[in-house]
Amino acid sequence: MIRFILLQNRQGKTRLAKYYVPLEDSEKHKVEYEVHRLVVNRDPKYTNFVEFRTHKIIYRRYAGLFFSLCVDITDNELAYLECIHLFVEILDHFFSNVCELDLVFNFHKVYLILDEFILAGELQETSKKAIIERMGELEKLE
Amino acid sequence: MNPFSSGTRLRDMIRAIRACKTAAEERAVVRKECAAIRAAINENDNDYRHRNLAKLMFIHMLGYPTHFGQMECLKLIASPGFPEKRIGYLGLMLLLDERQEVLMLVTNSLKQDLNHTNQYIVGLALCALGNICSAEMARDLAPEVERLLQFRDPNIRKKAALCSIRIIKKVPDLAENFINPATSLLREKHHGVLITGVQLCTDLCKISTEALEHIRKKCTDGLVRTLKDLANSPYSPEYDIAGITDPFLHIRLLKLLRVLGEGDADASDSMNDILAQVATKTESNKVAGNAILYECVQTIMSIEDNGGLRVLAINILGRFLSNRDNNIRYVALNMLMKAVTADGQAVQRHRATILECVKDSDASIRKRALELVYVLVNETNVKPLVKELIDYLEVSDLDFKGDLTAKICSIVAKFSPEKIWYIDQMLKVLSEAGNFVKDEVWYALIVVISNASELHGYTVRALYRAFQMSAEQEILVRVTVWCIGEYGDMLVNNVGMLDIEDPITVTESDAVDVVEIAIKRHASDLTTKAMALVALLKHSSRFPSCSERIKEIIVQFKGSFVLELQQRAIEFNSIITKHQNIRSTLVERMPVLDEATFIGRRDGSLPGAASTTTAPSVSLPNGVAKPVAPLVDLLDLSADDTPAPSSSGGGDLLQDLLGVDLSPATQQSGAGQASKSGNDVLLDLLSIGSPSIQSSSSTVDILSSNSNNKAPVSSLDDLSSLALSTKTTSNAASMMDLLDGFAPSPPAENNGPVYPSINAFESSSLRLTFNFSKQPENPQTTVIQATFVNLSSNTYTDFVFQAAVPKFLQLHLDPASSNTLPAAGNGSITQNLKINNSQHGKKSLVMRIRIAYKINGKDTLEEGQVNNFPRGL
Repeated sequence: MIRFILLQNRQGKTRLAKYYVPLEDSEKHKVEYEVHRLVVNRDPKYTNFVEFRTHKIIYRRYAGLFFSLCVDITDNELAYLECIHLFVEILDHFFSNVCELDLVFNFHKVYLILDEFILAGELQETSKKAIIERMGELEKLE
Repeated sequence: MNPFSSGTRLRDMIRAIRACKTAAEERAVVRKECAAIRAAINENDNDYRHRNLAKLMFIHMLGYPTHFGQMECLKLIASPGFPEKRIGYLGLMLLLDERQEVLMLVTNSLKQDLNHTNQYIVGLALCALGNICSAEMARDLAPEVERLLQFRDPNIRKKAALCSIRIIKKVPDLAENFINPATSLLREKHHGVLITGVQLCTDLCKISTEALEHIRKKCTDGLVRTLKDLANSPYSPEYDIAGITDPFLHIRLLKLLRVLGEGDADASDSMNDILAQVATKTESNKVAGNAILYECVQTIMSIEDNGGLRVLAINILGRFLSNRDNNIRYVALNMLMKAVTADGQAVQRHRATILECVKDSDASIRKRALELVYVLVNETNVKPLVKELIDYLEVSDLDFKGDLTAKICSIVAKFSPEKIWYIDQMLKVLSEAGNFVKDEVWYALIVVISNASELHGYTVRALYRAFQMSAEQEILVRVTVWCIGEYGDMLVNNVGMLDIEDPITVTESDAVDVVEIAIKRHASDLTTKAMALVALLKHSSRFPSCSERIKEIIVQFKGSFVLELQQRAIEFNSIITKHQNIRSTLVERMPVLDEATFIGRRDGSLPGAASTTTAPSVSLPNGVAKPVAPLVDLLDLSADDTPAPSSSGGGDLLQDLLGVDLSPATQQSGAGQASKSGNDVLLDLLSIGSPSIQSSSSTVDILSSNSNNKAPVSSLDDLSSLALSTKTTSNAASMMDLLDGFAPSPPAENNGPVYPSINAFESSSLRLTFNFSKQPENPQTTVIQATFVNLSSNTYTDFVFQAAVPKFLQLHLDPASSNTLPAAGNGSITQNLKINNSQHGKKSLVMRIRIAYKINGKDTLEEGQVNNFPRGL
């Protein structure tokens, strides 16, 4: 199960933070700080998996943005790595050539997409097309 | 109206915040916005409520407090329109979590929305429920969610399935309600619904055995078929990732099959074919394919044994290991670790590749690989494996050396086939990474060396050579110094030469050189230097040609600022200069150390190690053990036929082995401290152990690593107590003789603990000394004998002594022996004081004094405070 999802830039600014387990605000800030420290300086040649407390972080870097998932220690690391990529492809498709600024100004939409992709810490939909279509329908309701 | 289209204020606010150059500016903007939002909340503004909440969410993301917006979420959720509800639910998920009381208020709105006619609103409610529901909400809303599992729109069904997972995790009792609707989801064709259904079933199986049995019986075949169809499905662009149709679904299915197959032969049997197919047919050149293979291997290793499949699985991991992608190698190592218990032989085949991974540049891979290698070592492969690891030790990163060294040492100790190999490997490790070797490891090495009598010469020569190469490795230096101290003569005389050795010429002076380098090296720590001093003492009698030089070195350390070294130097110097007759017996080689005792101690299983009284009965295998002559005998210097001090009790063996006072014992006890530490000093000095001592030194754990820094303190205790006495007078006397320079004073009492006397007060005209005594059965009470001495040339008359103490003390003054004090120290007045310390052990004594007397009829008054009482009174 995914414990939380973080999207951070290289400076450590959080662009998206979704927690599927309850945490105090102060604890959330601490987690975000620690995860950023963990991933930002790792050699790109190294594995995309880092142990974090009793869980592990699966992260992937796209340009200046780090996508980090915190998952259970027994989870399939490679699957979550692929999962991050699928999420990025969906964002890319939705914003057509996504960049950090899109995520800043449309953060609420990013959350909406995420809620269509992952729910309760589990994968909800694996089809990019289905999610994009669903987002289209939701946008029409605005 | 869309509140987020351009020109609205959310966008403007984000711009304004982004334009801020400093944190202070940003805070100012946020403060202004928050104030405006609060004002809007107070006015109960409806039009901009969702826009305000959106802004609050952004502010929340920046890390500012936004709790005042929580109620706004609830209001938005309760409003009728979709855009308002959407923001409301988003705010609910971001700003609140299951622990807040406010959340209870939302249950009713959620219930209404779950029954809403608009399926998008139902979707929003399910999403919120799935992400933050609490146990109470789960109970209240479970029937709605259960019903939604059969909703016509697949988007709702899949959300309801994941929501159900959250519900059954919060309230496991509800699991059975979900078994039937969940299994019906497994027949879905829609991938989203199927994958969430599979996940729901997996979680149900984990929570309820009833569900596990049911699903195993009813659904295993269906799941196998689904996986088969999926694996054989033609290209479908919607779900394709790297040529594989929906790898995520593959993985979820494999995971559920694993849960079903575990512990059930029939279920395992029915999935064999499809697992074999997935394992052989899946493309392994992309992450997606490897993810499936990895999951498949996990399933194969977990379900009931099928030899053929397991071989296949281990081979896949072998392929992973040689992959260039670090991620793949990482998961392979992870998986092999689990596979070792199931099939160690198969994993052994990949040993060479795993060994390569130990040398990887990525720390997480190295760590995994090292752990795996550690598990793989056995008696047959230990030699080549250790050789590889030690070779790598030379080039490995500094931060990895610690781990690596610890593992090598542990492997070598566990599997060494013969002693010479063990010693060789340890020497290599010490030369490469001696500074990373833990104390217990080199203690163990010394025990082994001591026991390998036929290898003494070989070892000391090897150490001598190693020292020439790597004198910067502290632990190597220590072991070398110890061995040269013990077996230096074998080094010089080439005793016990093995065939494999090259002959080496070492003179006595060369051997002393090594010790001198060690003791004078700036970086050497106290332990090393102390050991070097002992080694020098030992050589002083064995190497007559160097005795002058050794004496000089020792004399230099008489001025050391480190008490431990100074004390040793003074003691050793006296032995060398004054006690030629016993010196050679004193510095005899140490008896062989008892391996069993050491191992028992190390494992903490030796009962005596923890108790304070049982130490002396340890028997030694080497036969030198005999009833130890009383200490008094041993030190009776008039008798030249003293029993050789080579006899030894087990208890202090290891402590003495190092010649370092590793004993924290001197600080442990209150009563009896003085006599005991007196003995300890002697033991130390003579490097022998004696069962007759009062035991506490036998409690010393050789492994206690912090003992070094305690040494100076305890030796300080020793010194101060030495000046006074020990149990038996003859003992004390001989000790003083040995350590001359410390003025003796007669023991105040034979049985009680003894404290040094103090100069309580001294002025130009008067000196007051306190002598202390204490009854052991009554530690709170101290009897002080006060002695007054007149330092002036006038006689004092009408002499009166008064004293005052704080409340926690009780003072009783006995009458003084006289009220006249003769001039110029020609006599003294004594007076007994009895003090009862109610805070004994916590607070020490303190006293104010006043002394009144007359000189030629003229009144004189002297006052003072006594703070220098010994501790422990």
